[in-house]
Amino acid sequence: MENTRATRVIDPETGSNYDVAHEKSPVFYDTYERKADLRHQTHYCPGCGHGIVHKLIAEGIEELGIKDKTIFVSPVGCSVFAYYYFDVGNVQAAHGRASAAATAVKRACPDKVVLSYQGDGDLAAIGTAEIIHAANRGEKIAVFFVNNGIYGMTGGQMAPTTLVGQKSTTTPWGRHPAGEGFPLHMSELLSTLEAPTYIERVALCDNKNIMRARRAVRHALELQRDNAGFSFVEILSPCPTIWGKDPVEARAWVSDGMIPVFPLALFRDRKPEMPVVPEPPQRPVADVLELTTSRDAAEPQKSLAADHHSFSHIGIKIAGFGGQGVLLLGQLLTEMGMREHLEVSWLPSYGPEMRSGSAHCHVCLSKERVGSPLVSAPDVLVAMNEISLHKFAREVVPGGLILYNGSNLPEGFDDSEVHVVCIPAGEIADVVGSPKAANIVMLGALLEATECLNSETAMQVLEAKVKKVQLLEIDRKALTAGRDYIDHQVGAVSQPDGFA
Amino acid sequence: MASRGNIVINVEECKGCGLCIESCPPKCLVLAKELSPYGVHSAHYTGRDCTGCGICFYCCPEPGAITVYRLAAPPKAVASRGGEHAAAL
Ligand SMILES: Cc1ncc(C[n+]2csc(CCOP(=O)(O)OP(=O)(O)O)c2C)c(N)n1
Ligand code: SF4
Ligand code: SF4
Ligand code: SF4
Repeated sequence: MENTRATRVIDPETGSNYDVAHEKSPVFYDTYERKADLRHQTHYCPGCGHGIVHKLIAEGIEELGIKDKTIFVSPVGCSVFAYYYFDVGNVQAAHGRASAAATAVKRACPDKVVLSYQGDGDLAAIGTAEIIHAANRGEKIAVFFVNNGIYGMTGGQMAPTTLVGQKSTTTPWGRHPAGEGFPLHMSELLSTLEAPTYIERVALCDNKNIMRARRAVRHALELQRDNAGFSFVEILSPCPTIWGKDPVEARAWVSDGMIPVFPLALFRDRKPEMPVVPEPPQRPVADVLELTTSRDAAEPQKSLAADHHSFSHIGIKIAGFGGQGVLLLGQLLTEMGMREHLEVSWLPSYGPEMRSGSAHCHVCLSKERVGSPLVSAPDVLVAMNEISLHKFAREVVPGGLILYNGSNLPEGFDDSEVHVVCIPAGEIADVVGSPKAANIVMLGALLEATECLNSETAMQVLEAKVKKVQLLEIDRKALTAGRDYIDHQVGAVSQPDGFA
Repeated sequence: MASRGNIVINVEECKGCGLCIESCPPKCLVLAKELSPYGVHSAHYTGRDCTGCGICFYCCPEPGAITVYRLAAPPKAVASRGGEHAAAL
């Protein structure tokens, strides 16, 4: 059955006509796909305040005409499924992180209306740091904080907002301040910060207060529409199920039990005076770090401008045994990228493997800003030993390149989807003077095989890094030997997809 | 005389929480005696005295359980012809 509502009804007795005054907001989906047999109902318990808050938000979005530009960040908690109801852009954040996720969304899409919706366990317990710092930075988001004094979803554990004496599964004799502290007043806490624009606490205890909550929600949405800064609406809300009360009693307890502890008030409604920050100068990282050589500066047109690169983004994973120079190889590549005016990132894997055992790092070389330094699907894998080959080969994108430190592939290795080049880098390094230079042999091979960066740049970086003349000489030889090996022994390597 | 308001309860959405019944100023809502397909006593309009105030709508947690209507003003031009407005609708 579809939920079609008549815009006009006729009273059968009197024949009078009635026009619709309040109806389900079109900001809600017509039916909810969560469960096949309950497509007309929310999943909330009868009398739950979440549904009322949802309605107030939906109505505000509808009346301000911002449905198509709203992004709703839902939390973990009973309202985790908000995305089944709101027909807007939706993001579901990890527990406590909704205001951090909303920060990211808003910064990436500054013209969108970004809402963070959070319970008190989510916002005031696990997410305390996120909300305080988002508020303190004055992030331009609207936060709806549904305070029902308890963890609803997980069955009634104490929340930071649980009242003194209130029983919960984790405070079966009632919350005692000596053991569990006092209720956390989030609105008051955030009001001590300078940056927030609007902070108000409202309650869903009766119709008059629901109307106040409606105005507060509307105000926060308007501020969000106008990009006016951080707004925070705390809504005292009934949770009949966990409170063990029927819906009518629970609503009454919002006013009798909660309001005396959490007084309703408008804490803040002003635009803070935020200092105007000039746009940071867009200088290449290499310039900022003074890595650009004087030769580059003297002959700027000869410097390795970014446009000679044929790729837009390459993700490289380098893996091997601790001591094989795996992390250093990553650093060299990143620094080369910097010198060639690319955006770069280097992410080492920290952990016990840093001491011994396997080590790996992620390198991004890009013409755009690097979104994430994590290389989960590398274009190129440099595997310095067999274990790393087995461990990471599966991650390489189809058509990608694997450079393997060894004369032959291990038996049974499936290389049907990728290009694999075997380089006896250890042996070559021995020949040029030091087994430690195997990583530089691999660097030479990588540069020759992919042409992603210039080997002249490699030498500049090595010259800057390696102070001992003998070692530098070995590195120079290792680099050349790696390149020659690809050139002579392997011949033309077919380029991984996306390269020259 | 016709009531100023009218409401329609969608039994597919009503969970029988009773908040609307408690909140309605003229007390014109009751819980239905019979069970809805979901096994709850859903809210039921007695059919008289609704003012169309909308209080029940805002107290109800379900997005579409209640639709509130208000008495339509009779269309002026038609009404002046002696109240035969129904045909014009
Ligand atoms: C990282 C993590 N820790 C713990 C949980 C378990 N958990 C789920 S919801 C919840 C508390 C929710 O309480 P609240 O934010 O008050 O929302 P309510 O359900 O009351 O609306 C917890 C602790 C989780 N899902 N993830
Ligand atoms: S447990 Fe409480 S917060 Fe969760 S849906 Fe039920 S009434 Fe609402
Ligand atoms: S609109 Fe007002 S008068 Fe009519 S049923 Fe709802 S609460 Fe009662
Ligand atoms: S408030 Fe809504 S869900 Fe509760 S009884 Fe009334 S119509 Fe049904």
